[in-house]
Amino acid sequence: MKNRSINRRKSKRKLSNIKESPYIFILPYGVLFVILIVLPVLVAIGLSFTYFNTIEMPKFVGFKNYIDLLTGDSVFLQHGISNTLMYSLIVGPIGYLLAFLLAWMLSQVPHRIRTIYTVIIYSPSITGPIMMSVVWKVIFSGDQTGYLNYWLMKLQLINEPIQWLQSPEHLMPIMIFIGLWGSMGVGFLAMLAGLLNIDKTLYEAAYIDGIRNRWQEVFYITIPSMKPQMLFGAVMAIIGTFNASGMAATLSGGTPPPQYAGWMIVDHANDYGFIRYEMGYASAITVVLLIIVVIFNKISYKLFGDN
Amino acid sequence: MTNIGIKFNPKKFHRSQLKFHIFLTILSIFMALPIIFIFNNAFKPFTELFAYPPRFFVRKPTLENFKLLFNFSAESGIPASRYLFNSIMVTIIVIVLTLLISSSAAFALSKLEFKGKKTFNRINTLALMFVPVAVAIPRFLIIVNLGIFNTYLAHIIPLLAMPIGIFLLKQFIDQLPDELIEAAKIDGASKWRIYLTIILPLIKPPLVTVAILTFQTSWGNVEGSNIFVDREALRTLPFYMNTLVSGSGNIVAGAGMSAVAALIMFVPNLVLFIILQNKVMDSMAHTGIKN
Repeated sequence: MKNRSINRRKSKRKLSNIKESPYIFILPYGVLFVILIVLPVLVAIGLSFTYFNTIEMPKFVGFKNYIDLLTGDSVFLQHGISNTLMYSLIVGPIGYLLAFLLAWMLSQVPHRIRTIYTVIIYSPSITGPIMMSVVWKVIFSGDQTGYLNYWLMKLQLINEPIQWLQSPEHLMPIMIFIGLWGSMGVGFLAMLAGLLNIDKTLYEAAYIDGIRNRWQEVFYITIPSMKPQMLFGAVMAIIGTFNASGMAATLSGGTPPPQYAGWMIVDHANDYGFIRYEMGYASAITVVLLIIVVIFNKISYKLFGDN
Repeated sequence: MTNIGIKFNPKKFHRSQLKFHIFLTILSIFMALPIIFIFNNAFKPFTELFAYPPRFFVRKPTLENFKLLFNFSAESGIPASRYLFNSIMVTIIVIVLTLLISSSAAFALSKLEFKGKKTFNRINTLALMFVPVAVAIPRFLIIVNLGIFNTYLAHIIPLLAMPIGIFLLKQFIDQLPDELIEAAKIDGASKWRIYLTIILPLIKPPLVTVAILTFQTSWGNVEGSNIFVDREALRTLPFYMNTLVSGSGNIVAGAGMSAVAALIMFVPNLVLFIILQNKVMDSMAHTGIKN
């Protein structure tokens, strides 16, 4: 009798020990994190060394996928890589600078009007791809009823309508334009908040110390005071641009878009993965993309990180 | 001389701000144009959508396009309301679960001591760089092997692991003084009690931020409907909008309907952000990246 109650007390304590364990708090996230982030990356790396058509078992082929990808796949080399890099290297840094510049301006106007500006400037990034297909397709429509064509013809800048979305040389600049238009996302909000929270006495002290103009103010006080937000903005900008996919297809109305204009690495992976069912090859493409993203992030950590 | 440069976060208008106002106003109008355009197109009658020369603003607003959208979808077998219902349900579940999972994990990663904490934090910061579309294929295989392909869970589960959510919440909890938790411990409060009654109420601003970010990803997410689900009745609104837009061959003919569709997708986002943006700013200020 006595023994049993001791046992019960013991098991109760054990239960409360489990309930109180820190691991219980991270368990749900930890499990999801492993299943949805760690495991997919590992699976992708594993599959990238195989031939896998989703029906038969994966067959190990060594580095064949990578060799094919980096030596024989002209679509990937000429379009996928170069388009993705071009898009990211233009939209990333310019969008980032723009985000800082706008946040800096916004921090210098009064609260109420700032809210209105912020909502408007942030809104494009929450409209997403749907907006793109609806609005931009109509604006850049190829015939004379397309808004841009109509206005340009009215201003007599062009004589006949331009096929904006069907011609390879126009599609990419349009994608970059749309990318920039929607680039004021989370990073922009973080930068603005960072700016607004800089201690004002820092500026006062700096003026006593003889800082003369706004440039000095920005470089010696503003940016160093908000380094974490600057880094966060940079990481978000990189991810945002490398995430871009399907834009060309949506705009031009076909997969692949004419002459693979605007074809991105992710498009290429989706093409091989979900249309041709060559999962091994597609995985090799995604691994290459992940490596590129990590490299770019490492660079931004070097530039903006504390160490 | 004094206060010359201290113009950050000013209380009221000053002449020196004029140049910023001019620039920001012009830019705001430019940025808002497509959004204004959608609002106008959604209410344009048929004749105005096809009018030549094309007109930006609506002359005689009508609800015709809204009716058209719902009639069109009723004929195609699955009513638009079904997609809408799916989207709303998935989004609500995703937000609630994300907030619970992320906040408890962030609490542990910030204030509790355990083995492997540092490593986990470092991996999570690294995971900020994670590009979900890049691993769509392994995710697809995992979803199939979990046996949740073609279920609601296929929409929900992939969205739950949100490194950026953990990151924002953890940074905020780091700023809360340890004394708070020590005091509660001395009073005999359990860790769950501390989490529920002390931490959660204090981290409302970053929770709101995470909720907004989650809403935006979930509400606009097409990956689930494209890849993880192939039963029409389980697909969500953004997928339907996409098919509507690309399916209606003629760009201009579907323009009214797709504008309505885009409006339905966009307005909830905008309203939510306007209502909660102050809290978002608060929590974003604490976005420090420490390793």
